[in-house]
Amino acid sequence: MASPPVLPKLVGERVKRREDPRLIQGRATYVDDLKIAGMQHLAFKRSDVAHGRIRSIDVSAAEAMNGVEAVLTGAQIAEMLAPMPIGTPFPSPPHRAVAMDVVRYAGEPVAVVVASNRYTARDAADAIVVDIDPLPVVVDPEAAMTGQPTVIHPDFPNNLAVALVPSGTGVTPDGKVDDTAIDKAFADAEVVISQRMMNQRLVPNAIEPRGVVAHYEPGKGSMTIWSSTQNPHILRTMIAAMTGLGQDQVRAIAPEVGGGFGAKINIYGEEYVAAAISKRLGIPVKWVEDRSEAFVATTHGRDIIGYVDIAAMRTGKVLGLKLRLIADIGAYNMLLTAAIPTLTMLMANGTYAIPAIRTTLTEVFTNKTPTDAYRGAGRPEATYFLERAMDMLARELQMDPGELRRRNFIAPDAFPYATQMGAVYDSGDYGKALDLALEASGWKDLVVERDAARKDGRLVGLGLAMYVEVCGLGPSSSLPTGGWEHSQVTIERDGRISATTGASPHGQGNETTFAQMLADQFSVPIEHITIHHGDTGVVKQGIGTFGSRSQAVGGTALHLAGGKVKAKMARFAAALLEAHEDDIVFENGRIGVKGSPASARTFAEVAGYAYVPVPLPPGLEPGLSEGAFFEPANNTYPFGCHISMLEIDRETGEPKLLKLVAVDDAGHLINPLIVEGQIHGGLAQGIGQAMVEEAVYNDDGQLLTGSFMDYALPRATDFPRFELHATVTPTPVNPLGAKGVGEAGTLGSTPSIVNAAVDALSQFGVTHIDMMLRPEKLWRIIQGGQA
Amino acid sequence: MIPTTFEYARATSLGDALQKLKAAGEGGRLIAGGHSLVPLMKLRLSEPQVLIDISRIPGLSGIDEHDGRIIIGAATVHHDVASSAVLQARCPAVAEAAASIGDPQVRNRGTIGGSVAHADPSADMPAVLLALDAEIHIEGPDGGRVVTASDFFLDLFTVDMRADEIIASVQFTPVRSAAYAKLYQRASHYAIVGVAASLDVSGGAIASARIGVTGATSHARRLINVERALAGQPLSTATIESAAQLAGLELDEVNADIHASAEYRRAMVQVFTRRALSAAMARS
Repeated sequence: MASPPVLPKLVGERVKRREDPRLIQGRATYVDDLKIAGMQHLAFKRSDVAHGRIRSIDVSAAEAMNGVEAVLTGAQIAEMLAPMPIGTPFPSPPHRAVAMDVVRYAGEPVAVVVASNRYTARDAADAIVVDIDPLPVVVDPEAAMTGQPTVIHPDFPNNLAVALVPSGTGVTPDGKVDDTAIDKAFADAEVVISQRMMNQRLVPNAIEPRGVVAHYEPGKGSMTIWSSTQNPHILRTMIAAMTGLGQDQVRAIAPEVGGGFGAKINIYGEEYVAAAISKRLGIPVKWVEDRSEAFVATTHGRDIIGYVDIAAMRTGKVLGLKLRLIADIGAYNMLLTAAIPTLTMLMANGTYAIPAIRTTLTEVFTNKTPTDAYRGAGRPEATYFLERAMDMLARELQMDPGELRRRNFIAPDAFPYATQMGAVYDSGDYGKALDLALEASGWKDLVVERDAARKDGRLVGLGLAMYVEVCGLGPSSSLPTGGWEHSQVTIERDGRISATTGASPHGQGNETTFAQMLADQFSVPIEHITIHHGDTGVVKQGIGTFGSRSQAVGGTALHLAGGKVKAKMARFAAALLEAHEDDIVFENGRIGVKGSPASARTFAEVAGYAYVPVPLPPGLEPGLSEGAFFEPANNTYPFGCHISMLEIDRETGEPKLLKLVAVDDAGHLINPLIVEGQIHGGLAQGIGQAMVEEAVYNDDGQLLTGSFMDYALPRATDFPRFELHATVTPTPVNPLGAKGVGEAGTLGSTPSIVNAAVDALSQFGVTHIDMMLRPEKLWRIIQGGQA
Repeated sequence: MIPTTFEYARATSLGDALQKLKAAGEGGRLIAGGHSLVPLMKLRLSEPQVLIDISRIPGLSGIDEHDGRIIIGAATVHHDVASSAVLQARCPAVAEAAASIGDPQVRNRGTIGGSVAHADPSADMPAVLLALDAEIHIEGPDGGRVVTASDFFLDLFTVDMRADEIIASVQFTPVRSAAYAKLYQRASHYAIVGVAASLDVSGGAIASARIGVTGATSHARRLINVERALAGQPLSTATIESAAQLAGLELDEVNADIHASAEYRRAMVQVFTRRALSAAMARS
């Protein structure tokens, strides 16, 4: 008998995503694909004005339409739903799923239609007549802070959602502030760089807009809710709380989810309304967002002003950093809104040992769509402000930008490193990442190339940025939801493996990476493994996928659960083989005794025995299914260095990205192919922010970039071939040594590109350019310089 | 897309389309690629009662050459124009303009007739048709008529057509020494400014020139003063440089939006006029 082929080790290999065939062949099931008998459809009537008092809503024409089941206004929804809760410990104004008296942004729901199909629902929504008395509108956060021309929420004077929270050196946990150290840093400095920087508002734009199906079954008294969400378990918790059901009575399912980018963490009014209406009417209801709605009704990202002051000696040694943040959070606090800018504070010092740091944060209400997490969520902002300031400092000191950074790095032997901002960096070697980026990009040659191009009159620039981010979110002290993940690994009777994860993927490829891990752990073919996720009826516990936590936290829970069930399986095998369990080895789809391969049983034989255990080995229960929770003791802190080369058309101001080299250190990698895909996506969005993306409002609070005709997403043709490299600095906070990589691409790329643009235009005397790099903006700099 | 209710009818011939259009009255709209109309319907800015689909009318698509004239059927999609070997060889400006429209999806659905009839102020094709002195061949209830591109584009989304008429084709004499250059609006890939230049070169001199510009004003138009400045001059970089200086000066009301101010657009008209002329010269 020929021996079976030896199973290759899969962890660390470039295994193709198992998810992709169904996704690219149109065989996946998204929320909008779901059909349930008797299902009705919702459409929301939304406010056209950004701020106003609702005088009247006439629903009579809508109600009279054929096929319309019900039309509900804010007052009727309020009978079913309390104001929406948030997930941060900050004070928050009441936020109704459907506005009652006052609308505060264009796109806020004012009524909802229940109808027999989506077209009728939309027709009826259009037939609702809403009379709104306009109130003054404020879209500029720095104007809003004066309380003029309007106060959006009466209990929040000057529109301040969060006011001046100081943090950093000299600030004690009870809020006492001692300025001695920070003042001394700036007094001692030979150079001080000060700059106001805008980190502009972005629209997340997942390829699949949001959608929800809520199905309350009156006979059973239970609710099933399907939603395009990043975190079905949080959805279950919130839906239960808002509808008065127990968590045992709500099953939340995230079917295939077509991207989230942070905007599908929040639990939205439309989800609560669908659940409440289904429960009230006893029928299933569906709502699917259209793209125009997604632009105004799904949370936006970023939109934060940073006033940066950096104090340094002429040697390049940085003495102090002040960062005053003003975040425009839009009209309401959503689930994590208020917490996002606190991550900007947390990561203020980046990869540098800076003796004195002071940050303050103001969060301001304006008449715009609320903000919340967007890929990177607070960390790209911190990286951008710091890396732009470091670049300005290097230019002022006429120092090589890499060398300036090197002189300020946290030393590789200083980890774990407690920052003044309250973070404890787990591990790092920033000099190594910088060195690799300089070498891989051929930085010295690029400088020569740039200078030669300039001699020919071309505007070519080079930019470099370091980053460190906080990922692998946990422990529970840092997350109101709990900072753990859960996994259940089951060896089925036929020897196949079912595993669950609470880290609900929406593009991260966990079905592949997690199966790779189990295939190695049990030495079975990857084809014998199924990873279940996204269904609270199947996945008993979980938190969700955000903050680049799937692998570091969810992957570890899986690894631990796998270990538990493997140990039990070894005991069954030991009984079957009359050996000691310590001598049992899992090899190549078989389980045997060390040193005597001939006696080995197939994996399926041992599994079958565990379910029909005659005789039952002493001290064992039947079956092979074990669960594990994993809560890390700390976050992880991946880091890297991104280098860009950019050319600006002298006549038109159009920027073209010529080169992008990314060195990312995410610790140990399970699947480099998937990691690179994650980095590619992050780079695309980081480049998008630097070069083409910007949500623009007019003074009336209307989103002028409300469609893809005016809001640009970068296209593949806008990119050079990304050059990716990695250093590997494992984290000690989980046994996998994996740090997380989903957001990394958005951190270093953005400032590296703007640094390159400033470099390209430095001959015109410019030291800072706010994003996006709009051609006209660059053209004006060139014109001004020539004048 | 969730539009208002409409009826849909597929026309089998141009005559059938004309009859259906007449029968539909004011609520009737033609649809071919739908890449201008459908977005408007999606936003309910356009609520036609009857859509008459002309995309599959035999003979309405395709690129032919007869007696030295190029004939492009109105329902020809941009991709076919962009990839036409005849156009690439004989009149590359048209092919390159078509290749610059939108993205592959748009180019595989959108049609030249639709682009011309819709007359978006930033559409690419009108500028090229102006530069080529193209004819728009129109069919109506009372028979056919021909309008030159110069007379066809009247104002914002306004052309010399009645509601009961259909474009059958665009026709022009191919010019090898013509080119199209554009500044892309990064979201839509429409032109912030697009300039098409066509040169009639004889014995090292420019006998005549035609320039069409889009994106800058309410509708595509010619740059007459640049054309005059070029006529009769020796074909040279210096001629082009000096003529391009005049581009944009004659435009009194220049568009402004979030993507580009009027001042910038005006400056870009000069830049892209020079680029289009240089490319045209290189082909002469």
